[in-house]
Amino acid sequence: MTSELDIFVGNTTLIDEDVYRLWLDGYSGLWGTVCGCRFGGAVVLDGRAGRARMSDAVALRVRSGILEQTGATAAVLQSDTMDHYRTFQMLERLLHAPPKLLHQLIFQIPPSRQALLIERYYAFDEAFVREVLGKKLSKGTKKDLDDISTKTGITLKSCRRQFDNFKRVFKVVEEMRGSLVDNIQQHFLLSDRLARDYAAIVFFANNRFETGKKKLQYLSFGDFAFCAELMIQNWTLGAVGEAPTDPDPQADDMDMDLDKEFLQDLKELKVLVADKDLLDLHKSLVCTALRGKLGVFSEMEANFKNLSRGLVNVAAKLTHNKDVRDLFVDLVEKFVEPCRSDHWPLNDVRLFLNQYSASVHSLDGFRHQALWDRYMGTLRGCLLRLCHD
Amino acid sequence: MPGKLKVKIVAGRHLPVMDRASDLTDAFVEVKFGNTTFKTDVYLKSLNPQWNSEWFKFEVDDEDLQDEPLQITVLDHDTYSANDAIGKVYIDIDPLLYSEAATVISGWFPIYDTIHGIRGEINVVVKVDLFNDLNRFRQSSCGVKFFCTTSIPKCYRAVIIHGFVEELVVNEDPEYQWIDRIRTPRASNEARQRLISLMSGELQRKIGLKVLEMRGNAVVGYLQCFDLEGESGLVVRAIGTACTLDKLSSPAAFLPACNSPSKEMKEIPFNEDPNPNTHSSGPSTPLKNQTYSFSPSKSYSRQSSSSDTDLSLTPKTGMGSGSAGKEGGPFKALLRQQTQSALEQREFPFFTLTAFPPGFLVHVGGVVSARSVKLLDRIHNPAFVGIMGNTRSYKLLDWNSFNSDEPETRDAWWAEIRQEIKSHAKALGCHAVVGYSESTSICEEVCILSASGTAAVLNPRFLQDGTVEGCLEQRLEENLPAGCGFCHIPYDELNMPFPAHLTYCYNCRKQKVPDVLFTTIDLPMDAAVIGKGCLIQARLCRLKKKAQAEANATAISNLLPFMEYEVHTQLMNKLKLKGMNALFGLRIQISVGENMLMGLASATGVYLAALPTPGGIQIAGKTPNDGSYEQHISHMQKKINDTIAKNKELYEINPPEISEEIIGSPIPEPRQRSRLLRSQSESSDEVTELDLSHGKKDAFVLEIDDTDAMEDVHSLLTDVPPPSGFYSCNTEIMPGINNWTSEIQMFTSVRVIRLSSLNLTNQALNKNFNDLCENLLKSLYFKLRSMIPCCLCHVNFTVSLPEDELIQVTVTAVAITFDKNQALQTTKTHAEKSLQRASTDNEELLQFPLELCSDALPSHPFPPAKEHLESASSNSGIPAAQRATSVDYSSFADRCSSWIELIKLKAQTIRRGSIKTTVTVEKASPVGEGNFRNRSSPPCANSTVGVVKMTPLSFIPGAKITKYLGIINMFFIRETTSLREEGGVSGFLHAFIAEVFAMVRAHVAALGGNAVVSYIMKQCVFMENPNKNQAQCLINVSGDAVVFVRESELEVVSTQQPAANCQPSCTGGEVTT
Repeated sequence: MTSELDIFVGNTTLIDEDVYRLWLDGYSGLWGTVCGCRFGGAVVLDGRAGRARMSDAVALRVRSGILEQTGATAAVLQSDTMDHYRTFQMLERLLHAPPKLLHQLIFQIPPSRQALLIERYYAFDEAFVREVLGKKLSKGTKKDLDDISTKTGITLKSCRRQFDNFKRVFKVVEEMRGSLVDNIQQHFLLSDRLARDYAAIVFFANNRFETGKKKLQYLSFGDFAFCAELMIQNWTLGAVGEAPTDPDPQADDMDMDLDKEFLQDLKELKVLVADKDLLDLHKSLVCTALRGKLGVFSEMEANFKNLSRGLVNVAAKLTHNKDVRDLFVDLVEKFVEPCRSDHWPLNDVRLFLNQYSASVHSLDGFRHQALWDRYMGTLRGCLLRLCHD
Repeated sequence: MPGKLKVKIVAGRHLPVMDRASDLTDAFVEVKFGNTTFKTDVYLKSLNPQWNSEWFKFEVDDEDLQDEPLQITVLDHDTYSANDAIGKVYIDIDPLLYSEAATVISGWFPIYDTIHGIRGEINVVVKVDLFNDLNRFRQSSCGVKFFCTTSIPKCYRAVIIHGFVEELVVNEDPEYQWIDRIRTPRASNEARQRLISLMSGELQRKIGLKVLEMRGNAVVGYLQCFDLEGESGLVVRAIGTACTLDKLSSPAAFLPACNSPSKEMKEIPFNEDPNPNTHSSGPSTPLKNQTYSFSPSKSYSRQSSSSDTDLSLTPKTGMGSGSAGKEGGPFKALLRQQTQSALEQREFPFFTLTAFPPGFLVHVGGVVSARSVKLLDRIHNPAFVGIMGNTRSYKLLDWNSFNSDEPETRDAWWAEIRQEIKSHAKALGCHAVVGYSESTSICEEVCILSASGTAAVLNPRFLQDGTVEGCLEQRLEENLPAGCGFCHIPYDELNMPFPAHLTYCYNCRKQKVPDVLFTTIDLPMDAAVIGKGCLIQARLCRLKKKAQAEANATAISNLLPFMEYEVHTQLMNKLKLKGMNALFGLRIQISVGENMLMGLASATGVYLAALPTPGGIQIAGKTPNDGSYEQHISHMQKKINDTIAKNKELYEINPPEISEEIIGSPIPEPRQRSRLLRSQSESSDEVTELDLSHGKKDAFVLEIDDTDAMEDVHSLLTDVPPPSGFYSCNTEIMPGINNWTSEIQMFTSVRVIRLSSLNLTNQALNKNFNDLCENLLKSLYFKLRSMIPCCLCHVNFTVSLPEDELIQVTVTAVAITFDKNQALQTTKTHAEKSLQRASTDNEELLQFPLELCSDALPSHPFPPAKEHLESASSNSGIPAAQRATSVDYSSFADRCSSWIELIKLKAQTIRRGSIKTTVTVEKASPVGEGNFRNRSSPPCANSTVGVVKMTPLSFIPGAKITKYLGIINMFFIRETTSLREEGGVSGFLHAFIAEVFAMVRAHVAALGGNAVVSYIMKQCVFMENPNKNQAQCLINVSGDAVVFVRESELEVVSTQQPAANCQPSCTGGEVTT
């Protein structure tokens, strides 16, 4: 006796959160090679065949102790798992465009469940996102998913889903005007938190920031996302309007691209380190203000010129795409690592950066105060976030 | 020209990409009704087109309005090649035809394609302006309300229950037409869907006419079924109970729908034209002639092609004009005065209702059923073949010439069965059959027709006097003991139709009751029950040799009685094992396959306080001398006793001890039995034994005399009770559980298993089948575990044998949560409360005159049967009697058995049918034509998709149904040629069923409703051909679209309620764009 067909359809679609997680995590619902039908869907879990024939997903459910709790058999579990998997497969098409899930008529799902389905579908693994953050979301990268899967221990299926999610969101919001986060939220119905994360991912992918270098490995996705948000707020075209809530319809207020003009202008900051007098004056202003307040004052004093040169040069180089990509590498090399080697406490970094940015206002010979603020305001935030172990 | 149909196409969304180049679609819409078609403009390059069309107006006959579905086709415009169809929407406009239902259909409907499934949605608004039609020869029956619900709908009061109505129409199945070889699967599927839609529309209209004739205004318990007979055609048949309903709580007494002809008819002067139909129909519905629907131009043969009880039972000679008159509803109504019509009604005093107002049901006799095996065979029918030759080319236009005998044949078959049922009921001393239903099982050219119901006595004074006052009085006078009256035997105890063990009622102590009661109805509201109920199933398989035609039919008819007997035995054993004494909602299905027969009986067991405590089950070995054997037996005995004890605890069966009752251990009395009777219901042979102290005598004995018997005993013990927190039943309400909470989950589950073909034995088959059902139940319990504590209600199993080694089981049920704390209380008052709640509305329901036989005396409740009827059914008086063999030689069919399953059944009572020998008449051949209609239509939803509940029950827990919007009756076909790509058979069917649900919901939402009650999946025919990567599935569902209001919100709404009633448009209005 083999089971040819085995389905359960509820008027209200049943969603089992645990099974959904297994599905999202890419565990196979089948132990056969052919989907759902004759070979794959059959459940032969009599004593002899035993667990060896269970699918990964079912085996995991069994391990969770569900059989003991409910008194069900493995065959029941297999059948239940397959039902859910089929449902999820059918829902997947809709999840690719979440507003469709809300308006579709095929599955009657309570709103709270719909939200859960969407949120979980678009959730991603930290380990995975770190691997692809800043990479071009192209076919080439997709081919590397095998390696990423091996490296991170995340199933290839799950990697593909996450990658495709990134790519899909990217494609949809790529050409859109207005706030990146709002656009994402509107088109994918994600929670605020997740929408912000996606904004960061899209932003990084668009600007191709290098995040994979060894010296950047200590940084978490959260660190990058934090920086991305600051940069989106201050350095992009969308940020020019000052008030993002009141977008000028004429303005090309896109959040994804860095403001080219701004990057060009950053060259002007070079004077801060190129002009010896200005550099000395800047240093003395900072040192005067911080004397006695900094635990690492002497180190700071000794390193000031190096640090300042580093920060200003990073700015000046941003006209080149290549250097934009290396922004984080540069920041870590030029600022974070020197600080770290001198064991600056975070508070000292903060005091220094504040003073370092503020003192520029007292430099009479320096005319680019606004530019400096736009640059340093963001950079200060980023650097503080980047300074950890 | 009594109606104007107006349609507006608003917009589409989520359309599929039809143009690969642009990834967009140039969509336009064709709106078709009858033969008129309108088109919208092409909306270029969009997946979300906004047509916002003008109002397309169709001026049509109301007959067409009833028969035809509105057909909306969405296409992709293509300049250079043929336009590609995206999909269709069929909208049944019937709900717009009676005044209290919906006034507008408006909403988003899924666009459905039989190959691709749902492809986007379309927003449509439909309205109908109906003019009163004074044409007395009308063929339409607009205004008659239809309900699938098998009780009086919640917001109505039954003024009169008229009785049984039935009809059937036949047509050739487009799938089997020669043209099918050259047309695409899509075209073929669509032809089929459309045909069935037309046929069911026509059927409903004809039933409506009969109802009007009876002066009713509604059909309750309407059940429409399709028989896919393959080569020999497609039959659509329906049964129902005609009623005159009165809307409750509407200030003004409800008048028949504005256009209801029943009113008008009375004023219409008698027309002397003896055969008006031939004249009237043609002109009044000119459109019809061009379609292949049943046209009104009814020739004589045409009329007889519709099923008509009287016709088929009456000698043809001398009845010509009479039968013609029948078709002209109003005319006939006039022609026959009340007495006459009453006579006619009593032809079959059947009621498809399963729940009744208190006082309606006096006594219940037991289950009566009849089956008959027929051959569907057109090849051997010379007459048919001859005609076929002539008509092939234009068959779509004119089937009448040769298919006229078709429905007649089917009619005769059913009439035969109904006669038998009737006579069985009579044998039980009952004059009516309630909870009546009919079904078929078809395999190749063999067809088993089955009918079953519960013989009952309805209040005799109801029958005499139709007035409400009279009834009420009488009921008071009579003062039947509450909760046990219906159990009292209706038959004469000295002249019992079968041996039974009677005792005095444990409740009132005045009347005799049987020891076990089987019925097909729901538990009466006032029944006194102890403990909870549970689902009891008997499952059985029997191998059969493959054979052709007559040999096959003979083999099947030979097997049937044994199957019935064993099914019954199993039921009885399981009932005893549960410690219960009555079965409600009994439904026995016998399915036929190529090489086997399957029997599946489902019922809800309960312990009726009025009936005696069931005895235990005693096992007796055949060789008492063998020591080890003895030991084994006693071991088994112990297991059984333990199980009984456990079940009593589980279902909280603690009947109050009765003082004079001697409670003894169940000691079996040795009895003489034939081998066939190895498991026998207790029965004492002497009537004199009937007294209250019979307790020790009713032990149930199982003789273990061979391995078969051993198997049986084992199988008894394999049924696992549901996990704690779960209950299940197949009736509307679970006895003993009252406080439902509002969460409900309706579901359909389908399983198909493939049997290993090697060395199949009956035992192995039985085990496989048993495992299949048990595993299915286990899966359901597991899936619904989050709802605990909950009860699976209305569990409806359907079994079919689609291929040689395949068994398909389909289950539809609803899980309802309940409040555990209160549920533990099992007192009767609670039970009553819940029942009343369930039955919602009103005490007024009590007022229930039954216009059954206005001219009959109680003692003589049946109209004298016509002579030939007499002969046909003469044998049915005593179930044990051999069927009279004299009957008609014109039929081949083997009437194999009908069984009366009253209280209990002795082996002798099962009779084999006689085999009749001729072939000529019964050939089934296809063709009939008709317009059927099926309201397939997709649903709609407003911008935010509203929740639509679905339930097989007639009520929604915690809510009050405020309005019935009309019947939903939809038929869908889905086919694929890329089975693997769609996820295999499971993926394919899963998606299809989800789509069907979606289309039902959308249709209901478009009517302004928020729930479907009495939902039923009547058919789910699945065929696959994995080698070709193909599969096809047909699904037929129906139910009543309703508006419900949560009880918690009711207070708020109640003030607005009257307004809603007189202004039915309110809900619909909101929906309009």
